[in-house]
Amino acid sequence: MSVTLIFLAVVAAIAGWWLSQQRMMSKPWLEVGHHHDPRPQGRHPIEPAKLGLGVFLAVVGALFTLFISAYFMRMASTDWWSTPMPKLLWVNTAVLATGSLLLHAAKVSAEHHRDDASRTALIAALAAGLAFLVGQVFAWRELTDAGYLLAGNPANSFFYMITGMHGLHIVGGLVALTRTILATRARPIDERATLSITLCATYWHFMLAVWLVLFGLFSGWASDFIDLCRQILT
Amino acid sequence: MAVVVILVLLAAGSVLFHLLSPWWWTPIASNWNYIDNTLIITFWITGVVFVAVVLFMAYCVLRFRHRPGNRAAYEPENKKLESWLAAGTTLGVAAMLTPGLFVWHQFVTVPAGASEVEVVGQQWLWSYRLPGVDGKLGTSETRDISPENSLGLNRNDAAALDDIVIEGGELHLEIGKPVKVLLRSVDVLHDFYVPEFRAKMDMVPGMVTYFWMTPTRTGTFEVLCAELCGVGHPQMRGTVVVDSEADYQTWLASQQTFSQLMAAAQTKETAQAENAAPAR
Amino acid sequence: MVDIRSGTDGALEHAEVEDVELYHPHSWWTRYVFSQDAKIIAVQYASTAIAIGMVALVLSWLMRLQLGYPGAFAFIDAERYYQFITMHGMIMVIYLLTALFLGGFGNYLIPLMLGARDMVFPYANMLSYWIYLLAVLVLAASFFAPGGPTGAGWTLYPPQAVLSGTPGGKDWGILLMLSSLILFIIGFTMGGLNYVVTVLQGRARGMTLMRMPLTIWGIFTATVMALLAFPALFVACVMMMFDRVLGTSFFMPAIVEMGEQLQHGGGSPILFQHLFWFFGHPEVYIVALPAFGIVSDLISTHARKNIFGYRMMVWAIVIIGALSFVVWAHHMYVSGMNPYFGFFFATTTLIIAVPTALKVYNWVLTLWRGDIHLTLPMLFALAFIVTFVNGGLTGLFLGNVVVDVPLSDTMFVVAHFHMVMGVAPILVIFGAIYHWYPKVTGRMLNEAMGQLHFWITFVGAYLIFFPMHYLGLIGVPRRYYEMGETAFMPASAHTLNEFITIAALIVGAAQIVFLFNLVWCIRHGRDAGGNPWRATTLEWQTPETPPRHGNWKELPVVYRWAYDYSVPGAPEDFIPQNQPGPDNLTREAAT
Repeated sequence: MSVTLIFLAVVAAIAGWWLSQQRMMSKPWLEVGHHHDPRPQGRHPIEPAKLGLGVFLAVVGALFTLFISAYFMRMASTDWWSTPMPKLLWVNTAVLATGSLLLHAAKVSAEHHRDDASRTALIAALAAGLAFLVGQVFAWRELTDAGYLLAGNPANSFFYMITGMHGLHIVGGLVALTRTILATRARPIDERATLSITLCATYWHFMLAVWLVLFGLFSGWASDFIDLCRQILT
Repeated sequence: MAVVVILVLLAAGSVLFHLLSPWWWTPIASNWNYIDNTLIITFWITGVVFVAVVLFMAYCVLRFRHRPGNRAAYEPENKKLESWLAAGTTLGVAAMLTPGLFVWHQFVTVPAGASEVEVVGQQWLWSYRLPGVDGKLGTSETRDISPENSLGLNRNDAAALDDIVIEGGELHLEIGKPVKVLLRSVDVLHDFYVPEFRAKMDMVPGMVTYFWMTPTRTGTFEVLCAELCGVGHPQMRGTVVVDSEADYQTWLASQQTFSQLMAAAQTKETAQAENAAPAR
Repeated sequence: MVDIRSGTDGALEHAEVEDVELYHPHSWWTRYVFSQDAKIIAVQYASTAIAIGMVALVLSWLMRLQLGYPGAFAFIDAERYYQFITMHGMIMVIYLLTALFLGGFGNYLIPLMLGARDMVFPYANMLSYWIYLLAVLVLAASFFAPGGPTGAGWTLYPPQAVLSGTPGGKDWGILLMLSSLILFIIGFTMGGLNYVVTVLQGRARGMTLMRMPLTIWGIFTATVMALLAFPALFVACVMMMFDRVLGTSFFMPAIVEMGEQLQHGGGSPILFQHLFWFFGHPEVYIVALPAFGIVSDLISTHARKNIFGYRMMVWAIVIIGALSFVVWAHHMYVSGMNPYFGFFFATTTLIIAVPTALKVYNWVLTLWRGDIHLTLPMLFALAFIVTFVNGGLTGLFLGNVVVDVPLSDTMFVVAHFHMVMGVAPILVIFGAIYHWYPKVTGRMLNEAMGQLHFWITFVGAYLIFFPMHYLGLIGVPRRYYEMGETAFMPASAHTLNEFITIAALIVGAAQIVFLFNLVWCIRHGRDAGGNPWRATTLEWQTPETPPRHGNWKELPVVYRWAYDYSVPGAPEDFIPQNQPGPDNLTREAAT
């Protein structure tokens, strides 16, 4: 569970940093009046939707770190043979990264009021997302054709389960992206639409980051890295 | 006001129940009276705290209950009091934890001279294995389990052949001899539990767990399963007998080894085959 | 999204929301059924939780009948018995306590107590409830599925949970249970995001963190914990589903089941236990922290005195929340995991006792020199302290690794966790319902029925669970359909079992009085007025009772902390949080 504990320590550090700015040591009974509020007046410093997405990504992060923890714990047993990585996964990674870049472009365009460029980038990102999913399915088929079946070995089981879970999150992202595309199709991209695009972009960057970690995990780099850390520590 | 009476009755009743009720642990039959001692320390500390808190609360309700004209004091905090309470609590907790950790260290450190006994759980039956004359338990594998080899012993391991196998019978232990109980399960979680021994540990399929103890009292004790293992869970009983040295040796001599069992199974098989042949 | 501070540039201007930003229902359906108003969602959550909780109560009756009078009721066979205990446990922990505290009280109190109009994401909030309802229905459906519900125990330990020796293991039972849990987690996450972001962003002007009532601190911290802990259960459920349906071997080692070799191999049942308790232990505090918070507010309000050591109470909530993530393996001392973990987990577990004890001291010290009104909420709060202290102290037995060895998996454990996370939080829930019912409905609950309910529930529950510890001490294991003839268990212990059963039946029956009271007083209760308890917190200062959609005419501005009771020199014994003056009170001297 050490991976999960490290993740939680990071979350706790962020929470602790935030709490440290909330005057937790003050004596509230001595302070009467409304001017003790440290928050700036007027608009929120952070949009609630952005904050909501941030919290949600923390939950998703916890989910994947727990899968990774389980992976490492199960890996310790003797019946483990790692699954080969289909070459196609490199292509899929590139496609996913392209989607991320396109969404970033869509966000920047929207902020500079280049609506058409933004719309094009959004649709291209949607295409990239779909291409990634199709690519993943082909990667699965390549593995099953080569005889690496789901129940054949725990490494296979984890591979299919975790990539499947990641794929489901991508599907969720695509639904949100489609909604954003539909909402911006006929109307000029206002502040609200820009916010939606920004949220989609953030989510995509996060899922790309998760994918890169998973890629490292399945290719065995992650365990090599951990072994290296262990050697340095001992 | 009724609540004051009830609170006092409740505190007093709990103490009286603890002191007077006939329900207490079984007389111990192993070396783990250290565990009982730690438990007694914990009972004392927690009992004092419980009674103190409840009685103080009853007193507060009695003294500061609402009457016309009353007004509560204004007292946001009292750092000194809170620090004292925190320090006192930490002390009390340490007084329970420290002996606990010492005893746990003993619990997980098997003495060098301990003999080994294996207990195997399956739905819903106990089996046992003792090392044979070589004093070593042979290897085993769940995959090797078959009707005639119900514990999955390795037939190619010389150490396994002389192991004594007890299927569904009684386990005998020798008084005063430390024993490391190795625990194995072939299907689901079980837990080898003899209330008089105090020690217990889950048996997990796919791995071997253990605890150790020294029987200190001769007698016959009931084995129960303490980890839910399906509908037959409460029926999964067995018997452990703690013997004097002489009794133990007599019993041991009458037990069958793995190779004897295998041979018996083989003759039975051939006999069955011979019986079946003319019928065809 | 509601921006609560648009137009508050002037220092003392009341903030106002642009009306277009607030969701408006257009029909009866969207107003009362598919409502996005947190208050309606709260009532929906609470009603559903109480309804399924009643099912769990009846199940507890049935299992107690078997334990008190073994074999007397032919229809309770071993299979049914295990199905009853499993469903009872899971419903009570997840579908009643978690849902009621966070979905029920969280939804109702967070916006009102913080001076917000609603949750920040009302649509997700509505979805949260409907997914929860679906989860409850899926769970309830398993009663009617072939093979019945799962009988694996609420911990669902593999391998037995998915094998044929366990009811529902090879039928629908376990699948429906896992699906229901997965749905619950998805639904909860939607609600949980709302609670967290509303606390972070939705607070009224002047409502600093250190002015929040402890109720909100408890619910907020519990929600954050739940958001991080439930994924562990999610992962465990998904992996078990794979093992059961697709034949993988995450948790399944090589197994010979009833003489037959199964296809699995190499999996680790302990891995499931780690995942389960990584969720399961925080879950205890997910239930306890809201109860801690609510009971603090009940005691303070009804003792007319500020909560003693507010800062310590807040820090303790946060510290307990953080520590509860590093104690999970104290449920696994005898699981066969590496025994050296015991040192670490026993230490962390006993450390957590210190902040918890400080909270207890502060509740009791709040009573000291108070002006204690023995109202129903106060009675329930007192009862909570007794049962919580009792259950917390027996936790010191079980947390101290070596003392746990003889006691684990016995009735001592059952008695302990029922006292500490069954009876204690439920008493808080009752107290809270008696306290806030007037705000929800505008009417008081009937006092006589309430007294009857209180005395039977409190004394009865104590009589059930206090003696039960001693059954465990004798060595009676938990989850036993019947003890049968045993040498170590005296015959008198069977009499004790009978006594416990009778007490359980009576306590259960008393809940019918409570339910009747809830329903009857909606129409016939005494009119409550806006602030019957003369409380300081914002939910009692709404212009209308029950509060209308949007809660406020003008958003409140907060001038003080939540506990200005009996301030020296103030004309009344409480000053609402949104009242600016008087400012000239000599507080420094009083500290």
